[in-house]
Amino acid sequence: MRAAHDLGGLEGLGPIAPEPEPSEPVFHAPWEKRVFALTLACGFLGQWNLDESRHARERQEPDEYLKNSYYENWWVGLRRLLLEKGLVTAGELSGAPVEAMPDGSEEKRLAPLTADKVAAVLAKGGPVTMPIDRPPALSVGDRVRVLSDAPQGHTRIPGYIRGRIGRVVEHHGAHVFPDKNAKGQRTAEHLFSVAFLSSDVWDSQHHQTSFTLRLDMWEPYLERLA
Amino acid sequence: MSDDHDHDHDHDHDHDHDHTDPPSELELKVKALESLLVEKGLVTTDALDALIETYEQDVGPRNGARVVAKAWADPEFKKWLMADATAAIASLGFTGRQGEHMKVVENSPKVHNLVVCTLCSCYPWPVLGLPPVWYKSAPYRARAVSDPRGVLAEFGTALGEDVEIQVWDSTAEMRYLVLPERPPGTASLSEEELADLVTRNAMIGVEVLEGPVGAEDG
Repeated sequence: MRAAHDLGGLEGLGPIAPEPEPSEPVFHAPWEKRVFALTLACGFLGQWNLDESRHARERQEPDEYLKNSYYENWWVGLRRLLLEKGLVTAGELSGAPVEAMPDGSEEKRLAPLTADKVAAVLAKGGPVTMPIDRPPALSVGDRVRVLSDAPQGHTRIPGYIRGRIGRVVEHHGAHVFPDKNAKGQRTAEHLFSVAFLSSDVWDSQHHQTSFTLRLDMWEPYLERLA
Repeated sequence: MSDDHDHDHDHDHDHDHDHTDPPSELELKVKALESLLVEKGLVTTDALDALIETYEQDVGPRNGARVVAKAWADPEFKKWLMADATAAIASLGFTGRQGEHMKVVENSPKVHNLVVCTLCSCYPWPVLGLPPVWYKSAPYRARAVSDPRGVLAEFGTALGEDVEIQVWDSTAEMRYLVLPERPPGTASLSEEELADLVTRNAMIGVEVLEGPVGAEDG
């Protein structure tokens, strides 16, 4: 099964119709700004990571995900995370008075992001490289096949590349593994840039001029071929 | 979804579903959540304003244009940029969120690079700011990896049949910046003047750059 966010290769979605670069504003409505900033500011509370945040947006009915605008999907994800992590209650979200938190609760210890820290936290970012205690099992030049089955939960294997054969081009070192990170387990796996020929990915009848696809794939996504 | 629903939806305010202007139901809900979170001490209004201001005014594609112009003007910098983009870009002061692990991919007469994120909207914020609506749209995310020439045509970009297209699907936290080809007729330009020629779309890879007006014959 592919979820609605996994869009690579889907047909029938219509033209891209880009807005001209010089006239496109960063945000298209005031509420988009607030949803963007609320999502970042709540993220800095440290109650969830980037993969949990992505997964919260992905866990929607496919119709809803595709119907929603981009920041509407952020809005859905933010509300879900606030509820699931117990930072707000369903009652509070529907307008009931703020419920008193028990003394010593988790929420009491959370310090909100303040304006004076914004520049520093953005400039610092959140690097995802990690030490790892084993050498990579793959080398540059290896032929590899991507897993064919769809892992449960969050994953960064796009549907269109499952089961496809490519070649390892670069080793990026060990990065946080998103499939586990989305469950709150920060573990490292080796990450590789893998090149695929379009003719090995798509029905060549449809895609006559060949091109190269480059995807970053973690070691558990790949099977080494002889 | 209708063909251009996402597009119209983001650009116009005459939405055809659960909210209408002004003020939309969603706008009110967002305001209510902000008030609730402020009341609970989880966010501060000043920090929200500062986050918005940062990406509306400070961090945007002019940063990336400076990186590109410097790479064109300074061979040593370019060598560093291609070998360790994160460090080279940081030397110009562009670091942090959504640009922690940078890679620069160089266009040439033989290779053209195009960047997409089919699974969400991964994009190198420190050098390009927040992504445009089309980059996050379903049609771009769907077709950049299956029909890149068709996608480029929608941006008015036609490449020779002999040019190899490389499409970078940003599936991990590596973030990609395209180094466009330096346009002809720019030998005498300063780094600042060069930066003025660099568009955001060229650094994503949906456009190739034009030289200065009147320079085609020079």
